[in-house]
Amino acid sequence: MIRTERDRGRTRRRLSRWLDPRGRHLGTWAFVANRLTGLGLVAYLYLHLVILSTLLRGPAAWDSLVELFRNPVFMAFDVLLVAGLAFHGFNGLPVALVGSGLLVDRHKALLVAAGILLALVSLVAAVRIFFG
Amino acid sequence: MSATPTVLLRVFRYRPGDDAPHYDEFRVPAGPRTTVLDALLAVRRGLDPGLTLRHSCLHGSCGTCGMRVNGREVLACVTRLEGLGDPVVVEPLAGLPVVGDLVVDMEEVFQRLEPAGRPLVRTSERSWTERSGPATQGPVLERLERFEDCLECGLCLSACPVAGDPRYLGPAALAAAERVLEEPRGADPSKVLGWVDDAHGAWRCHAAFECSAVCPAGVDPAGAIMRLRRRLLRDRLPRLIGRYSREVPA
Repeated sequence: MIRTERDRGRTRRRLSRWLDPRGRHLGTWAFVANRLTGLGLVAYLYLHLVILSTLLRGPAAWDSLVELFRNPVFMAFDVLLVAGLAFHGFNGLPVALVGSGLLVDRHKALLVAAGILLALVSLVAAVRIFFG
Repeated sequence: MSATPTVLLRVFRYRPGDDAPHYDEFRVPAGPRTTVLDALLAVRRGLDPGLTLRHSCLHGSCGTCGMRVNGREVLACVTRLEGLGDPVVVEPLAGLPVVGDLVVDMEEVFQRLEPAGRPLVRTSERSWTERSGPATQGPVLERLERFEDCLECGLCLSACPVAGDPRYLGPAALAAAERVLEEPRGADPSKVLGWVDDAHGAWRCHAAFECSAVCPAGVDPAGAIMRLRRRLLRDRLPRLIGRYSREVPA
């Protein structure tokens, strides 16, 4: 299919809407966060496989990598990973329920509940990762 | 005597053939009841007669002056400048091709609405049409027949985070389809259900609810889409379970 200038303009507009937070509501933020965390989790899956492949190079290589991951910067990334996973999961439940036509009138309350659960899980994860 | 308060408008400008859009600034008088459309018309009268905008009724019932003000989709004729800050940024609706300045091409909006069978004409109205003879039939009358409540202003399409994709039917068309299913008035519900039961139909919505938040007529397209999905699931599940029980031996 030939892409016209009109199509290219439309693509630019679609992308710019993602980067334009003005006038948007909780639902859009949840939608954008769900997509970003989803992409992040897929990227992490591949990164995880690459990291695991270090085992092929023997115990010494693995131990030195584990030592690197005890650095606070990597521990902060771990907290971020748990938070992303928790958000994607907790937000997924309202998306599935509301998207099936259930509890539609409660969609905002469901999002707020997902946010509260996310905060709790992230807090517990941070305490366990840094002080556990 | 105190000076008349003014507001700075930052207005999106684009003409076909321009390399890129830009923003022009106009300072306009702003009283407590001045609307965005009043201010834009003042710009056109006194400062820049070339400013392109579309409007008709001036009281929020025709839906032609839809645009984004400070990033939010509104009808300019019923949106007061008061409380919007300074400057006020005025832009055309998103996701639709810009014809010029604040005017977008609405053809896609109407095309998406058409297959819903959106003209919900009551029997009495149809009788009137038939009685009126050929002079009142044809294109003019077709334009007059409208989906109840929906102004066809396109605000929902602009606010929807996924409606930039022209394959997606969009909130207005899906809400119209749901209305047809709710009250078919002679329409074929299975045909409408088949039309919306598609990856780019009811299932494309991501439940951001922006369409319902900006709808000036209270149509609640997002709620309608979710009701459509519930109906589709209710129809689909027994078929899926039936197929599973036939195909999988006990």
